[in-house]
Amino acid sequence: MNLDFQPLWLTFKLAIITTAILLIIGTLIAGFLAHRSFRLKAVIEAMISLPLVLPPSVLGFYLLIAFSPESVFGKLLQSIFNIRLIFSFPGLVIGSLIYSLPFMVHPIQAGLQGLPSSLKEAAFTLGKSNMKTLTSVLLPNIKPAMLTGIVLTFAHTVGEFGVVLMIGGNLEGKTRVASIAVFDEVEAMNYHAANIYSLLLISFSFCILLMVYLLNRRILKSN
Amino acid sequence: MLSVDEELEKGSFITLFGKSGVGKTTILRIVAGLVKPEVGIIEVDGETWLNTERNISLPTQKRPIGFVFQDFALFPHMTVRQNLVFASKGKKDFDFIDQLISLVGLETFANSKPGVLSGGQRQRAALIRSLVRKPRILLLDEPFSALDHEMSCRLREEIFNIHRQFNLTTLLVSHDKEDIYSLSNVIMQITNGKIIKSIQTNNISTQNGNRGLNKIQGKVLQIRKNGVVYILEIQVGNNVVKIIVNEEESRELKPGKMVMLYPKPFQQIIKG
Repeated sequence: MNLDFQPLWLTFKLAIITTAILLIIGTLIAGFLAHRSFRLKAVIEAMISLPLVLPPSVLGFYLLIAFSPESVFGKLLQSIFNIRLIFSFPGLVIGSLIYSLPFMVHPIQAGLQGLPSSLKEAAFTLGKSNMKTLTSVLLPNIKPAMLTGIVLTFAHTVGEFGVVLMIGGNLEGKTRVASIAVFDEVEAMNYHAANIYSLLLISFSFCILLMVYLLNRRILKSN
Repeated sequence: MLSVDEELEKGSFITLFGKSGVGKTTILRIVAGLVKPEVGIIEVDGETWLNTERNISLPTQKRPIGFVFQDFALFPHMTVRQNLVFASKGKKDFDFIDQLISLVGLETFANSKPGVLSGGQRQRAALIRSLVRKPRILLLDEPFSALDHEMSCRLREEIFNIHRQFNLTTLLVSHDKEDIYSLSNVIMQITNGKIIKSIQTNNISTQNGNRGLNKIQGKVLQIRKNGVVYILEIQVGNNVVKIIVNEEESRELKPGKMVMLYPKPFQQIIKG
């Protein structure tokens, strides 16, 4: 059997990079939202949650327009960084960051809001800044929530299809991730290949979720 | 809405006393900087901590305070010692940390996490953690509410000693009269949106004993029959007083009841 494993490798690479970046950005956003209330908070929260309800093709469409070399943003990128985001792996990363953001922010924000406020206040009375409090006091006490965020983000990125279809271009070795490869093989009637990709993807996703639930139980028990 | 306009002397032990919900914890939190009032001025030792008119509000982190929370707020993922080290500013405080741990007798538990400690041990850990930064003002929010009577009495004594030893100005929020009698020299009672401040110079449980007071308030702990008489145990300040009463008197007195003692030479009379 001569299966091309590159789509699987690309999927994996995309998911790892997206998760790593979102771990930092998502945590900062979650920390900000968890402890403040301000007039535009509902607007910001709605914007972050949009990818949950929006058809991925809509998001992909807007990204396509934004990344297009004809647009202002696209022209800027081209002139300064010499990057073209359409049909490129960096473009996929940016799309994934937006698309998977709520999967990192929501669990961490919920975890932080579930901690007693006296923990944070005690750290303040001990002279610690907001950032120091977040990293040294709060985050270590929401490990299950952080784990959930990481795993859901990773798994969700693995499953990305609509956005990638719009802005990826199905370029072999660059943007032909596993989910696209399945679609492709079905279109070409290579059902055997499609089957293998699908089986691998579904087993992987199931194992990831199983791991989350088992690990969560273990962490809760040790507490 | 509560209006407060008070001046407090350095080194006092002040109890903010009143029913639940009346605003005493809020006052404490305003002093700590955790809550900002709509209008207010706080000046400590000539330093302005808060002035809403001039838009000055010193953040909590910069106020030299120690705060003991009602739920202790010990960091669950750190041991007692790590909690204290976290509070410190560096290696130079480590000797002081050891001193504090010894002061409250937590040597055996210094390397344990708060989860395995008893209520009293957690309270003591929270207390010394608030002292690591050598604060000028100690703020205590109902520190005894989660503890049983015996532990509360022990800790009251420790807090009093710490107050003296570290030359603190201490603000204690409580709804327990016990704290007034045994600890404070200034009482601020909050009722009906008003503060009644009273200064108490005679502390009932000083080492010199009663100083000529002709009435003392206490709480009946228990009544035991011993032959034909009844032995009444009454909690007065930090001490337990045993008094003999006859059957008639004992019938009116039940554990938990507040009583007044009128000590006269050679004779003790109780009125319930």
